[in-house]
Amino acid sequence: MTVGLGHYLTVAAILFTLGIFGIFINRKNVIVILMSIELILLAVNINLVSFSAFLGDLVGQVFALLVLTVAAAEAAIGLAILVAYFRNRGSIAVEDINLMKG
Amino acid sequence: MILSAIFFYLFAAICIASAFMVIAAKNPVHSVLFLILAFVNASGLFVLLGAEFLAMILIIVYVGAVAVLFLFVVMMLDVDFAELRQGFLQYLPIGAVIGIILLVELVLVVGTWVIAPDLAKEVASPIPPLATMLNTEALGHVLYTRYIYFFQAAGVVLLVAMVGAIVLTLHHKPNVKRQNIAAQVARSKATAIEIVKVRSGQGL
Repeated sequence: MTVGLGHYLTVAAILFTLGIFGIFINRKNVIVILMSIELILLAVNINLVSFSAFLGDLVGQVFALLVLTVAAAEAAIGLAILVAYFRNRGSIAVEDINLMKG
Repeated sequence: MILSAIFFYLFAAICIASAFMVIAAKNPVHSVLFLILAFVNASGLFVLLGAEFLAMILIIVYVGAVAVLFLFVVMMLDVDFAELRQGFLQYLPIGAVIGIILLVELVLVVGTWVIAPDLAKEVASPIPPLATMLNTEALGHVLYTRYIYFFQAAGVVLLVAMVGAIVLTLHHKPNVKRQNIAAQVARSKATAIEIVKVRSGQGL
């Protein structure tokens, strides 16, 4: 009944897969795609922290902190791009974003 | 021991279920709320792992900032979400295939992988025992000394993201009058006042 490293890695793997799956099935909705990216980064963070805890090394938590920073910055920039795009086009459908294609 | 196992399964189950609801919910507002639930349960997992500082930071940064930002954007943009959900079933098979392949790969990697037995001797900065130093204090001792440059780099990343987000979303409406400080400062006596000699008995 003891919870080991493998349990946490399994949770992280399932979260990661759900994130990838979300990107594919919500191909038209950029907001849900951004949320899926957040889920993927959360899975990475769980991996880093569980390795840090089970190997007894604090560096994993330092790195998880950096991943958290990058995730927050990415969410802010992504949503800003989304707002600017919505102002220009009046829609957030991803399939319309091919204007720069020659 | 049994209590921590029970809580692990509770947090993990709710986390995975709400992560599934994030990608499956019809309404994006529900997606954001389920994202918050997933993050809260992940921070519960972090507490179980002994990383209290990261757990609290996860609550503050994600639930307090990122999820609220998502909520703002979802509610601010007037989008027909029913239209965006068309093609949901069309992409379901390819998404399921790729997801299952990825999951099988991850399971194979994790299942066949073992930690090197002499790894414990090569730990860069070992976690001090909880009796001597709390997690937050230990993290601070490492983060502000050996990894100070990474810490500063994270600050620069946040600064760049802030400037970028402001530049992307700031726009001036042409019909709004604004204060032009340079023009105000550049005014001199010659441009600011006009001296008119008014003769007595006559107007201007």
